[in-house]
Amino acid sequence: MSLVDVTDLSVDFGELRAVDGLSFHLEQGAALALVGESGSGKSTVASALLGLHRGTGARVGGSVEVAGTDVRRASDEELRRLRGGQAAMVFQDPLSSLDPYYAIGDQIAEVYRAHARASRRAARARAVAVLDRVGIPDAARRSRSRPHEFSGGMRQRALIAMALACEPSLLIADEPTTALDVTVQAQVLDLLHTLREETGMGLLLVTHDVGVAAESVDEVLVMRHGRAVEHGPVSGVLGAPAQPYTRELLAAVPRLDAPRKAASAPEEVVLEATGLRRVFGRGKRAFTAVDDVSLTLRRGETLGIVGESGSGKTTLGRMLVGLLEPTAGSLRFEGRAHTGVNPAVQMIFQDPVSSLNPRRTVGESIADPLRARGESEEGRIRERVAELLERVGLEAAHHDRYPHEFSGGQRQRIGIARALAADPRVIVCDEPVSALDVTTQAHVVDLLGELQRELGLALVFVAHDLAVVRQVSDRVAVMREGAIVEEGPVAEVYGSPQEPYTRQLLAAVPALDPEVGARRRAERRELAAA
Amino acid sequence: MSGFGGFVLRRALGAVVTLFALSVIIYVVFYATPGNVAQITCGPRCSPEQVHQVAQQLRLDDPLYVRYWHFLSGLVAGQDFSTGTSVQHCPAPCLGLSYQSDQPVTDLILAKLPVTGSLALGAMVLWLVIGIGTGVLSVWRRGRLTERLLTGLTLVGTATPVFVIGLVLMIVVCGQLQLLPFPQYVAFTDDPEQWAWNLLLPWLSLALIESATYARLTRAAMLETLAEDHVRTFRAYGIGERAIIGRHALRGAVAPLIAVNANNLGVLFGGAVLTETLFGLPGIGQALVGAVKVVDLPVVVGMVLVTGFFVVLANAVADVLYAVADRRVVLT
Repeated sequence: MSLVDVTDLSVDFGELRAVDGLSFHLEQGAALALVGESGSGKSTVASALLGLHRGTGARVGGSVEVAGTDVRRASDEELRRLRGGQAAMVFQDPLSSLDPYYAIGDQIAEVYRAHARASRRAARARAVAVLDRVGIPDAARRSRSRPHEFSGGMRQRALIAMALACEPSLLIADEPTTALDVTVQAQVLDLLHTLREETGMGLLLVTHDVGVAAESVDEVLVMRHGRAVEHGPVSGVLGAPAQPYTRELLAAVPRLDAPRKAASAPEEVVLEATGLRRVFGRGKRAFTAVDDVSLTLRRGETLGIVGESGSGKTTLGRMLVGLLEPTAGSLRFEGRAHTGVNPAVQMIFQDPVSSLNPRRTVGESIADPLRARGESEEGRIRERVAELLERVGLEAAHHDRYPHEFSGGQRQRIGIARALAADPRVIVCDEPVSALDVTTQAHVVDLLGELQRELGLALVFVAHDLAVVRQVSDRVAVMREGAIVEEGPVAEVYGSPQEPYTRQLLAAVPALDPEVGARRRAERRELAAA
Repeated sequence: MSGFGGFVLRRALGAVVTLFALSVIIYVVFYATPGNVAQITCGPRCSPEQVHQVAQQLRLDDPLYVRYWHFLSGLVAGQDFSTGTSVQHCPAPCLGLSYQSDQPVTDLILAKLPVTGSLALGAMVLWLVIGIGTGVLSVWRRGRLTERLLTGLTLVGTATPVFVIGLVLMIVVCGQLQLLPFPQYVAFTDDPEQWAWNLLLPWLSLALIESATYARLTRAAMLETLAEDHVRTFRAYGIGERAIIGRHALRGAVAPLIAVNANNLGVLFGGAVLTETLFGLPGIGQALVGAVKVVDLPVVVGMVLVTGFFVVLANAVADVLYAVADRRVVLT
């Protein structure tokens, strides 16, 4: 009997069919990844395995059997025993997935006591044991901490510890590393790998990241629009995809080894920063977010800035466009000292949803920089906005629509159009594609490259994703704790990194090829041991 | 200064500063308003000489800041008042003498405070029990008839004035059913049992009105928590509905409940005028209305200040409790 047996599963939310005729098996101890872009129905499948749709109004069809329990027909009590006892789920956002009011050890103990006859003390001891198992240092003491006192990686470990509490035979991990930095992501994936080797539990991994899947599982099921597109062993599906969609998906994934267009001949410097420093807070609480950063940006080139969360890359980006006043240091734009906001230096933001005013039409938003410059004739504004909309691949007719009517990728295009409206010479892109699906990501990156060539723009591309930065940049600067630790042409920094930190970052990037993945995993062990 | 002790200390200092500012504002507002206080105090039949004499006794000719300074030092060190023939001492903390009775205002307030305090604290216990209970019940039975009934009832509760519910209660319970005597205040120190029986109806009428707010607040906060990701986590781990509602959802309602309750309680300590009047309880609210009618300014200022004191105190305590209830609050 299989550990998971799904036959002809369908899930409907009202009119919307989220999952359509999906079938798959998972044997004891095996690992399967459901891979797909947002809206492909992969998370819905994960929820259906635990019967989480019960009572929500969703209609579930087909049959789902998990660890011998018929999920659709099971009584509430049988379902309760399955959840956490035989099949445990690790959720995506580790901060919001734990109760903020209770100590982490108590939350794990509560789960343990829901399934095992144990005293409070014994449950608490079990919680400490599993926290220790997932590598929380000083587990007995840290088990008394509340979630906000843990870092993102530690919270994710705590959630995995919760899943381990009752020794389930199936672990369902729904985007377990999406909110994490790349080095932490690698640690969590390695942990999952080791746990699986040791306990022999089955793993169902739900992810949008093909690289994460390649690193962690034996089998892949690619989903699109609620249906299975391609299903097979990792090396087959990712190595020699049979379906056009899988090929498209793989082609869109940014790679560390992708060739980059030849760097344009060095031209005149447009933006020059010297000794930039930014301190937040005062006295004992003072925190230096950016410390003595100098850089130059030439016409037509792209400078990538990579770093993990808290490295100061966003603060640096904001100082470059004048949204933040540097505590020390100076900026020169086209040879002249410059302070404050400069219309010729524009910014594109990470979150295309919250960076557009939901109550104004996109046309009005795009027109803002025009009006700020003193343009007041409505006809000319409309004409220019239409031109910009078409330039970024939208339609002039979209002028009067509101942001919620657009998809994530389209909204990011609107953000780009707004930045272009001011005729900038420099655009600082702060994580412009990290909220987007990989195929959408590729299209937006292409658009930026096109605009750069056509308009001679200089781009500063701030991102945490090393592969994306590699793909778009001529030069790259690696940031850590507010300082640039390594800077140089892309080929040099990625090809022969000088700094240990850069090597660590590169080793943490998931590889599409399982063999490369295994090699990087070994590399990480070495780096960790060193 | 950092950590929890520092936070409590800073919060206490803030409360003192607020109280000081409050005392200045209240003093100026009441004493700088037009109207011949001496004439009113003396009575309509006083001759101009007599009025002048009263004005001197009351130091009404001194500039306002001098009088405020006397008031403030009286609070700390006590004050002597000359009544023309004799000198009356008003011991610290002195809020002045009543124009009407020449009694120290502090004594007047201290005499009324147990009544108002009994009413407020007892009602609070009841409204918390009724309000939170109703809130939890309507979440437990959400989507069913019980919830809709309870939601309707709380709406009626918020919309009903206290004197309507108090009158109805009195007529039915004391008049028709004769279950309880008509309320008459008995001091707790005299007879605790009679104290409770007599205050039961005032407590109930205040609590029924107020509990509607708490029921709605509890329900809203719990429903919000139930929609959060961590509740999904515990559902996915086979935790029962009872524990999810009782442990996880209710916990999320604690902090907002503390904040609202503190404010409510503070205000009530300044007197529940309608309830006190309706049930004939000799509390601060009743006394304040009486003092306003005869323009007994020291009594009015004293009582308003005491009300302010309790509101500030309750909010300071609430801030500290809030920080204890939700450890994520940044202590500044």
